[in-house]
Amino acid sequence: MQDPTKHTDSETGRVEIKETTCYMCACRCGIRVTLRDGEVRHIEGNPNHPLNKGVICAKGSSGIMKQYSPARLARPLLRKSGAERGSSEFEEISWEKAFGLVEERLNKIRAEDPKKFALFTGRDQMQALTGLFAKQFGTPNYAAHGGLCSVNMAAGLIYTIGGSFWEFGGPDLERSKLFVMIGTVEDHHSNPMKIALADFKRRGGRFISINPIRTGYSAIADEWVPIKPGTDGAMLLAIIRELIHQGLYDRDFLIKYTNSAELVVDDPKRDDHGLFRRFEMHIEAGCFDPENKLWWDRELDREISTHTPGTDPRLLGSFELEDGTPVKPAFQLLKERVEEYTPEWAEDITGIPADTIRRLSYEMGVVARDQKIELPIQWTDSWGNDHESVTGNPVSFHAMRGLAAHSNGFQTIRALGILMTILGTIDRPGGFRHKAPFPRPIPPCPKPPKGPEGVQPNTPLDGMPLGWPSKPDDLFVDEAGEAVRLDKAFSWEYPLSVHGLMHNAITNAWRGDPYKIDTLLLFMANMAWNSSMNTENVRNMLKDKDENGEYKIPFVIVADAFQSETIAFADLVLPDTTYLERHDAMSMLDRPISEFDGPVDSVRIPVLPPRGECKPFQEVLIELGSRLGLPAFVKEDGSRKFRDYPDFVTNYQTSPGSGIGFLAGWRGKGGEKFLKGEPNPRQWEMYQKNGCFYHYKLPKSYQYMRNWNQGYLEWARAHSMTRYVEPITLHLYSEVLQRFRLAAQGKLPGKQPPQRLRKRVIDNFDPLPFYTAPLEHKLIDSQKYQISALTQRPMAMYHSWDSQNAWLRQIHTHNYLFVNPKLGEANGFGDGDWIWVESPTNKVRCMARFSEAVEPGTVWTWNAIGKAAGAWGLSSKANESQKGFLLNHLIAEELPPCEAGEHISNSDPVTGQAAWFDVRVRVYPAGPQEPQVTSPQFKPQKSVPGQDVKRGKWQAFFAGKFRRKSGIR
Amino acid sequence: MTDQRPYDEDPTGTFFNRVQTYEAGVFPNTETYHFPKSCLHCEDPPCVPVCPTGASYKRVDNGVVLVDYDKCIGCKYCSWACPYGAREIDEKSRVMKKCTLCVDRITDTSLPESERKPACVLACPTSARLFGDIHDPNSNVSVAIREEGGYPLQPEWGTKPANHYLPRRKTRIQIHEDELVRADNPLKKEELPSLPDGGETLDDVAW
Repeated sequence: MQDPTKHTDSETGRVEIKETTCYMCACRCGIRVTLRDGEVRHIEGNPNHPLNKGVICAKGSSGIMKQYSPARLARPLLRKSGAERGSSEFEEISWEKAFGLVEERLNKIRAEDPKKFALFTGRDQMQALTGLFAKQFGTPNYAAHGGLCSVNMAAGLIYTIGGSFWEFGGPDLERSKLFVMIGTVEDHHSNPMKIALADFKRRGGRFISINPIRTGYSAIADEWVPIKPGTDGAMLLAIIRELIHQGLYDRDFLIKYTNSAELVVDDPKRDDHGLFRRFEMHIEAGCFDPENKLWWDRELDREISTHTPGTDPRLLGSFELEDGTPVKPAFQLLKERVEEYTPEWAEDITGIPADTIRRLSYEMGVVARDQKIELPIQWTDSWGNDHESVTGNPVSFHAMRGLAAHSNGFQTIRALGILMTILGTIDRPGGFRHKAPFPRPIPPCPKPPKGPEGVQPNTPLDGMPLGWPSKPDDLFVDEAGEAVRLDKAFSWEYPLSVHGLMHNAITNAWRGDPYKIDTLLLFMANMAWNSSMNTENVRNMLKDKDENGEYKIPFVIVADAFQSETIAFADLVLPDTTYLERHDAMSMLDRPISEFDGPVDSVRIPVLPPRGECKPFQEVLIELGSRLGLPAFVKEDGSRKFRDYPDFVTNYQTSPGSGIGFLAGWRGKGGEKFLKGEPNPRQWEMYQKNGCFYHYKLPKSYQYMRNWNQGYLEWARAHSMTRYVEPITLHLYSEVLQRFRLAAQGKLPGKQPPQRLRKRVIDNFDPLPFYTAPLEHKLIDSQKYQISALTQRPMAMYHSWDSQNAWLRQIHTHNYLFVNPKLGEANGFGDGDWIWVESPTNKVRCMARFSEAVEPGTVWTWNAIGKAAGAWGLSSKANESQKGFLLNHLIAEELPPCEAGEHISNSDPVTGQAAWFDVRVRVYPAGPQEPQVTSPQFKPQKSVPGQDVKRGKWQAFFAGKFRRKSGIR
Repeated sequence: MTDQRPYDEDPTGTFFNRVQTYEAGVFPNTETYHFPKSCLHCEDPPCVPVCPTGASYKRVDNGVVLVDYDKCIGCKYCSWACPYGAREIDEKSRVMKKCTLCVDRITDTSLPESERKPACVLACPTSARLFGDIHDPNSNVSVAIREEGGYPLQPEWGTKPANHYLPRRKTRIQIHEDELVRADNPLKKEELPSLPDGGETLDDVAW
């Protein structure tokens, strides 16, 4: 054998190195792809990329196998005439025929009733484009997967601090001393989080993980605090209570930067009860948070305008204004609210000992108070005060779906936002820091249409398909107060459903409630499997017919790169490319990859040609937009405006001459401008030269305190990142929520909820956080179903995407249900036994695996692994379908009938966040005669024309020879 | 590297570096460990002398333990000899495979020096893997082993692994009760001034 040190790999074959952005999960790390003779030799992390700094995970480096997966689709497919939906019988058609079919159908819908077209997308990272297409088409029935994913985390924090975790902000672990992670598993921002966590621990930081399960990041936590699922709110409220009781809050921060000291009308008889007392003053049009509110001046012992120089207001107390109005500072109301939430009370609910809760509070409070950071950075606040330094309290948090995916998640996350606020940690060193374009106004400015009149034939939607209501009149409802959207987002059922409710789209369309639709276009959303709840029934709905023998959902188009379970239910399949074969823009208009120190966006540039006839979905939308004559996609004479997607990204502006486009970097004719500027014809080239990302580093004085940093806000306004230069006061007390509550109480003129929903709105739109058990727990037989069932994402797989990957499936080929041994023993089964897991919705059979790293009231499994037989290019005998299982079968997409309605979504009543972590089950052994395969099983899904399914027993990848040798087209 | 039954039941293949996950302790005092297990490149590797063909060898220049696939007959003696289970047979080509410490990469002078490291070291998000010369007492790895309590696996075998493991570190915070309340406690700011209640004082009764 040749001495391996005597030659270099780069001498074999024709070697090319190209940079682009990964998409094996949603982190969006920079990657360097080495090609040999046109095939991927290896994929490395880009050491110069701000996000991953050279790091790459198992998924990222296995991206090679994604290219050559037998699950890949290669041609447009039409369901064979006479073949039943679900039977996976297709014929290959040309793109011209596919476009023709869609164009004809959509043209008709658009001319008659645009809302009969619904577009729902999965983890696609192109919501700026898909949302634009929906708006231009004129349908309100558009959403991405956010309602299913983690909208509570976005809404709960954005409605409180004007920003949130992951893309919008995160813990400043570089300077933090204590880091508390709650309800987070191997999850988003995973590589950057791991990099930061490791550095944090090396610097001696203390990491506490609060989670029912100890896996993923929690493995390296200094302390694991097991908690019962859905009870995080109780713990957070008890911690807030302890901090207030001990005086361990940042008083100065609360007064200057939050609404804690602002006076709230406190008289339940009055119509303005619970609103801030405001005085008359000139208010600029569109201003989102006028400073016409009052403090109680301790010296004068009377009310005074907020932020009056030299004033020190009271945070606690009960006062009477000159006109006799009884008022209390918001902080007093918070103190009263949490009075009953003692650690002993929380112990019973959460399973965390009261002493532990107390100790956690003290650790947070004392570290925040005694280890203050001071950085020599001068800045000026919104009220014109110059500061010699930026200070910070080094306690930080990160949380995700463990809090979010519960029906009490919004208020739980409000409690987290308030905890972070009273510790004084918002956009300060060592605490939480925003990422551009955040902070944004509370709530951000875009709004959905106001009523059915916003949807008109052959007209773009009057409003944004998704937006941020700030008052009842912002709701998207008809005269009866009922939903206009198919998923009932922005109705009184889920007023602040800022990401929509994709998880109810199919059920609602099937039932025809609120109306029937014609065409459902799904992009990268595996709705016949892991992207739906109550999956077995949803699969039946997709193929259910009405009394005339017509499908209840008449036409289903699925755009995807792979033969997912959903492909079988399509009438028309549009083959998408992989991430290595296309252009993409991780845009400031969507969810960019900004860092704490400034805006960052990035692109993908193809490193390989598309397989077969695959076409990037963006190109499909540009083509359709042009054919349908949607205004943004055509010139005034109706002719096509953009050659292709790269041309669109270069030249599209949000309005003529706005200077705002999909990419923020190298704008202006010669690339001399950023964020705002005329289109630059060489913009793609400039991204390519810079590793496919653009990073603008803000001056240090603009990097902190951005909610109230005059310099930053003016800079953000000048670069069109925000509309206003107003301070973004933190909403410790949410007047926005109180407005909805007052409307439901009949105290606010304007839109009113239907009678059946009044109590639901009154109960849940509490301006201060509260704890209540999840909705479903109150409506099911809680004696019979006592155990919480959770899912987590394995490190080596993302959503459903990776079981097709020959390398990654060797790491996880099937999943188990992880069970605490005590629970297994109590229910009569042992480690490795076949068991039934039953919820009120359905039951699944699977194998149990004992684990001491889970609290005994919880069982859990890896998601992403279990598959339907025959899907994803796998053999119908593959472990994924025979031993693997999908927990979603057990999770209801709707609540049992209740006062609020017969068909209310199993979601948070504020935001419509799917409450998939609320599911309760029982577990018992499977019978000895039962087959040792998972249940339910489905008839093996047939492969489709164009798939390369003939693969041998052996596969050895050798870049440059693999496709030819393996006979892959 | 070969994959067996890549898209069928029980897929498997040859791994250079398996990461095994263990639990220790009983709930709630549970630890979860991720334990990466690759060739330890022993100073005295038991896999080398047992090889009948000389395929299994330790490089003189840098100490990396390798297999010469042209000489390997797939007899598996070496994998039986390895106490760490670091070697896996490639069932298709019938030769023994193992971690090469990316020997081609770490010696490739056409790469920038910062990238002349094994792929696993470059990839690791938590920089849990360090790479350096343990014979140099001042190298990053020697310092880490010396100062952070690095240890070899199963030293009783006398294999003297080059790869060491570093123990877990725990950070705790001790808060004394008397640190909870300070003179500048903000609650004091909220106390209402206590006014005399109008009752008798010495001024009223004493002369």
